[in-house]
Amino acid sequence: MKTAEEILAAIKQALPEAGVELVPNPSPSAQHSLRLDPAHAVAVASFLRDDPELALDYCSNATGVDWPSREVTEKVKVTKVIEGAETVVEETVKRVEPGYLEAVYHLFSMKHAHREISGPVVLRMRTINRNDQVELPSLTPVWRSVEFQEREIFDLFGIVFTGHPDLRRILMWDGFEDHPMRRDYVDPDDYEYEPTAHDEVLKRAGEHKAGVVA
Amino acid sequence: MMATAFKSYRPPVIEPSEEGDELLEVAMGPHHPSTHGVFRMDVALDGERVVKLKPVFGYLHRNHEKIAETASYLAAMPYTDRLDYFCSLTNNWAYALAVEKLAGLEVPERAQYIRVITAELTRIQNHASAIGFLLQEMGASGTPLMYAFREREKILDLFEELTGSRMMCNYMRFGGCRVELPKGWLDKVKTVVDGLPQFIDETEALLTSNEILMARSQGVGVLKPDLAVNAGITGPMLRAAGVNYDIRKVDHYGIYDRFKFRVPLGDHGDIYDRYMIRVLEARESVEILKQALKDVPAGPIMDPKSKIRGFRPKVGEAYGRIEAPKGELGFYLISDGSANPYRYRVRPPSLINLTVLEDMCLGQNVADVVLIFGSVDIVLGEVDR
Repeated sequence: MKTAEEILAAIKQALPEAGVELVPNPSPSAQHSLRLDPAHAVAVASFLRDDPELALDYCSNATGVDWPSREVTEKVKVTKVIEGAETVVEETVKRVEPGYLEAVYHLFSMKHAHREISGPVVLRMRTINRNDQVELPSLTPVWRSVEFQEREIFDLFGIVFTGHPDLRRILMWDGFEDHPMRRDYVDPDDYEYEPTAHDEVLKRAGEHKAGVVA
Repeated sequence: MMATAFKSYRPPVIEPSEEGDELLEVAMGPHHPSTHGVFRMDVALDGERVVKLKPVFGYLHRNHEKIAETASYLAAMPYTDRLDYFCSLTNNWAYALAVEKLAGLEVPERAQYIRVITAELTRIQNHASAIGFLLQEMGASGTPLMYAFREREKILDLFEELTGSRMMCNYMRFGGCRVELPKGWLDKVKTVVDGLPQFIDETEALLTSNEILMARSQGVGVLKPDLAVNAGITGPMLRAAGVNYDIRKVDHYGIYDRFKFRVPLGDHGDIYDRYMIRVLEARESVEILKQALKDVPAGPIMDPKSKIRGFRPKVGEAYGRIEAPKGELGFYLISDGSANPYRYRVRPPSLINLTVLEDMCLGQNVADVVLIFGSVDIVLGEVDR
């Protein structure tokens, strides 16, 4: 089993045009990951699978992660002219980091399984945003094991996998519209009034049926 | 630019035998005795031959992952029992292992032994019931399943005494186990384990060279090893196809490197091999249990570093996996430093093992679909989550 750095070097050598970067993982698990650029992801994935040294023939897990846009407060040093003299002032700047959706794949090698203890090789891909540019290339042609899992990511997170042979909802029903695993998902208001005397029940009932229940 | 030509695995398209023949579309399930819960297969039939099969999921979907993300790390532990409700102890272990990787916790010796003992007991009762259900679907109503449930009962009694619950055990914690063993529990386990080889012999005498079982299962639902690897099949199904991959041997998680046991492998990858692999695996589990019961050390059952309250792992992520009775059960966790997991993902072996259901059923008779499905050994609580 090779480390993430060695695998990164092997990809760079075989596919110099592919953009791959190492994402360190600060946790004690030390499972670092490789972020692929979506344009070359299928080429990189098939290289990882078919290269005899790596032989990552088994894609165990595929899942999505939702990273909504968030406000970051940073302290920036700015040079300002105050009363004719240049001074360095620390300013607090707020900026919005745009959100994105991420697909994560965990790979192992069955061919080299018994060589030594192996951790997963983690691949990640990002969409451009969370709303209208949510396409990523499907890795199902390379690893059939992610066929249902990519359908699940599409269903629950809303990433559209181009090149997937059968991209439909899998757990929710076909007429369902939202993506329940997103962080900003709101439950539909399908509240049924039950005449219990709890304040919060009555309050919710009142919101639901404005005017009907006091 | 490198050529992107690579081998891709898709189910074959079967043409109808005669032109103009109409295909019969049948919805098997969602309420059918052989669907192990609520599960539907939309099958297209040409006569009795299956030419297309699409599984339909989601009847038991409750968004387990979202629920776990809104609760603390510990609060998800009892919820993992409900994934594969036959094997709550291995589910606990897989989740505990992932969190231990995320937070860097060590598990004391004694707890490791208890984990191995409970996990192997779980494996035996799971395989026994899986065989029982398979035979039930073959038409052997009663006897094999009742034999299996008689033995499962003894094991569940042990779980009840240890954890307070027969099926929803909620026993493991991050860095150890929840409670100390009751007095005399290990002796009771020894008695049960000593009786297990006799039970397996009995099952084998009843089934292994049974003509009906052989006629209905040999050469039916064949799964080729290269497809099995590519489709991420794990557990007894993969090993029945002849691929030597057992996570107990590959990862050496827990203390499995201390025990001597063999990994049984199949030759043909058909239903009969899957049955046989489960029998042989149960025998190996008995061997592991015998070795583990011999030297359970004294000592603490929890890592003193681990905190039950205010548990907040550092920022990062971890993927932990174990060899559950049905295949690779993995948990993928992302921590943002708060008390809830930012992302909590279950890698369900039951769902992923169904990827090749269509490939195995194509060209077979519709009556065999029930058997092929039964030989996968799934639990819908885990498929739909």
